[in-house]
Amino acid sequence: MLKEKEINIGDIHTATLVEDLKRTQIVQYAGASGDYNPLHTDEIFTTKIAGYPSVFAHGMLSMGLTGTMLTNYVGDGALKKYGVRFTNQVWPGDTLKSTTTITAIKDQDGERVIDLEIVTTNQNDVAVVTGNATAKIES
Amino acid sequence: MAIDKFLVEASHIMMFARSVGDANPIYHDEEYAEKSEMGGIIAPPTFAQSSAQFDPDYFLRPKVSGDGWFGSGKEATGSKPSSGSGGGGGGAAMGLHAEQHFEYHLPLKAGDVLSATSKPGKSWEKESKRAGTLKFSESVTEYRNQNGDLVITATGVGVQTERAVDS
Repeated sequence: MLKEKEINIGDIHTATLVEDLKRTQIVQYAGASGDYNPLHTDEIFTTKIAGYPSVFAHGMLSMGLTGTMLTNYVGDGALKKYGVRFTNQVWPGDTLKSTTTITAIKDQDGERVIDLEIVTTNQNDVAVVTGNATAKIES
Repeated sequence: MAIDKFLVEASHIMMFARSVGDANPIYHDEEYAEKSEMGGIIAPPTFAQSSAQFDPDYFLRPKVSGDGWFGSGKEATGSKPSSGSGGGGGGAAMGLHAEQHFEYHLPLKAGDVLSATSKPGKSWEKESKRAGTLKFSESVTEYRNQNGDLVITATGVGVQTERAVDS
């Protein structure tokens, strides 16, 4: 868990989430999450029937990858809230980077917490996920 | 969506963590996890989404004895999906998945047995240049553990677009 005396409003944490996203990782997520929508794993269906240039990642895979960055920063079991918007699709071959910024340090329900802003971008600097989180800290 | 029994198992957590690129031992190493402050293996923050595995009617999963699957086989598409629930997070039943929010009330631990109920939340409309009229609708899912305590509240927002989204 982050310690209050070691953090400041405006602190930024950045991580590379994935480089050259593989179709197999999307298959892994489909199997683990149980979302077998063929748009994510079935290139023939997705290109010939649905009319997309290729399969694309589950929005929840982007949120999950971003969550990895977040929990690596705030620590295990510290998150109180985590929410995102899916702003653009993620395609095989994409490289994703995520940045989170501390926007507030405050009391909430008798605990010390921080608010965080989150943005995950692809190799073209286009945001694919934007969001917010609240996490417990050590006072 | 209603789920009677969502068994939170360590091996499922391990597979889920791998799929989101998370090598944190708190998700797979029992010995490490027991010595940690958490006291055991916990689930990553978006793990509740895999409750789809425990929804008997989840329509984005081929059924063992179902009436076909709309993904490709010999032909590029199979039959239309049968009706069923779209899960808490959106999916094609709700159109595109626009937003997802989780509130964590208690740590989710390996060994927990969750049940879940969903109810519709707010709905609203918006005009967009990229896809015409957008119809948003929320679905709020409460996950409770074996003691009846609220563990996670998940809010999914789906959007039905007037036309395909321009990229």
